Amino acid sequence: MERNNKARLLILLSTVGLAVSVLMGLCLGTSNIRPTVLVATLFAGEPDDFLYRILLTVRLPRVTAALLSGSALAVSGAIIQSVLNNPLASPNIIGVNAGAGLFVLLASAFLPTDPLLLPLSAFSGALLACMLVLAITMTGRLSRVLLVLTGFAVNSIFSAGMNTIMILYPDAYVGAGNFLVGGLSSVTSNVLVYPSVFIAAGFILALLCSKGLNILNLGADSAKTLGMNVNACRCAYLAIAAILAGAAVSFAGMIGFVGLLVPHGVKLMIGQDNRYVIPASALTGGIFVILCDLLARTLFLPYELPVGILMSLMGGPFFLYLILKNRRKE
Amino acid sequence: MMEIMIRLEDVTYSYNRQPLIHGMDLTFEKGKITTIVGPNGCGKSTVIKLSSRLLHPDKGKVFLENKEIGVMKRKEFARSVSVLLQSSHIPDMAVEDAVMSGRYPHQTPISFSSAEDKRLTEYAMEMTYCQSLRSKNMRQLSGGERQRVFLAMVLAQDTPVMILDEPTTYLDINVSYEIMELINSLNRKLGKTIVLVLHDLNLALNYSDRLAVMENGKVVAYEEASDHRVHRCISDIFKVDIRRLTEKGKSYYYSFKL
Repeated sequence: MERNNKARLLILLSTVGLAVSVLMGLCLGTSNIRPTVLVATLFAGEPDDFLYRILLTVRLPRVTAALLSGSALAVSGAIIQSVLNNPLASPNIIGVNAGAGLFVLLASAFLPTDPLLLPLSAFSGALLACMLVLAITMTGRLSRVLLVLTGFAVNSIFSAGMNTIMILYPDAYVGAGNFLVGGLSSVTSNVLVYPSVFIAAGFILALLCSKGLNILNLGADSAKTLGMNVNACRCAYLAIAAILAGAAVSFAGMIGFVGLLVPHGVKLMIGQDNRYVIPASALTGGIFVILCDLLARTLFLPYELPVGILMSLMGGPFFLYLILKNRRKE
Repeated sequence: MMEIMIRLEDVTYSYNRQPLIHGMDLTFEKGKITTIVGPNGCGKSTVIKLSSRLLHPDKGKVFLENKEIGVMKRKEFARSVSVLLQSSHIPDMAVEDAVMSGRYPHQTPISFSSAEDKRLTEYAMEMTYCQSLRSKNMRQLSGGERQRVFLAMVLAQDTPVMILDEPTTYLDINVSYEIMELINSLNRKLGKTIVLVLHDLNLALNYSDRLAVMENGKVVAYEEASDHRVHRCISDIFKVDIRRLTEKGKSYYYSFKL
């Protein structure tokens, strides 16, 4: 029972940590606000108050976007790692984010503007990438690194598609430069409405599937002897991962590595039980992106770094470390 | 008249167009311990996998009692038949959680573990001496410990039929005997139908009700374990002698190379 206590402690601590991070995200920025002032301003709710308007139209959507995208991508990564049984897999590595991104840009270029359209097309793109990788892995035994290379190829194809659209239809997506590296500076509360519904639904589904994900960890044959429809479950779980990653990409762009770093770190701390890994990844993923975004917009004031760049700076070396570690094992 | 638990009817299975098993008829009797022996590559594991729905016959049918297993619901089948596989995959999971996963076919996909699930998990760990390992990760265990955990998982599944492919691999000789005694008592006390694949001829000869000898994808002998015809067949295939030892009115068989 000691293991589970550790997991519960992490969930408790990261809940507190998340509250603190949200508070920091709201209070700190180009101008710093004291927490007491923040609370007073929010409760007063004066529509003419300059500070209130800033909070409501800039900081609150931004912190919400960071929280949603971080949680969604971290949970998506945890699911993908379990389904593919590969700690190197994550939405950005196997091309899920790129698939979502390509479809977002395609939709912005060719389809009428509709707030529901972006998350939906992002989901379709993410799902396409997931199924592509799953189909390739089912053709035979792929080593961990080979799977990553497969993802790299899928990634390259989708990225090339994105760049082509950017060049041919430069006005298709407002803030496209930010989109390609992943940034939250142009997020408004309007674009968050549908993705937040998608993400909430994705979380609930992910929690419901956590037991099945554990059964998959036993290996495909064992899962079959326990009565699981392994292939159907793999597809269903990846679809949930695609909902989450797609919704996040639809407003945050190509934010990378949170889906790799966070679930991996969580598993190092509390083990593989997905009933704990999923909620813990959601919480710590939220914290991680809120704090990274805070750094990205305050580190080089008055300039702002897209948060995706900052995360790649951290995530890239971490990924290399994982590859080296795995190579030693194999 | 013996009741039949599992029946393979005219089953053919090919891999890469090479028929591994051709037109096989084989039955496993209810409430008995049946052991399949045979040299490496004779198709023992294929028979096990066909009987446990992990492989599907190209031709022919497999029945559990009178139901064709291919059309049974997955979980319904998993509540009737549990399988211990020879597996190279080591789950990254705590022992207790692995054993508990044996309860999966008795649960809905989202339900929590019931008191019954917990009781059977504890019982399975107790029977296989896994209780002291409960918090350890499967990857920290020795081969023998891991085999005991896999056996506990199958026990927790609590099915009337247990199919065990090489349950004593990696085990020290004393633990092998303990496991075989356990399997024997599950059969005698709880009436479980048990199908085994064993490499160790001495265990096969002394713990089985019936022996099926396989060679090149065919069953070449299928008799009571004490039947001299099956002994002669084993002697021919493995180039060993089988002798009987009677001690305190009980007969034991042992194989050796002269």
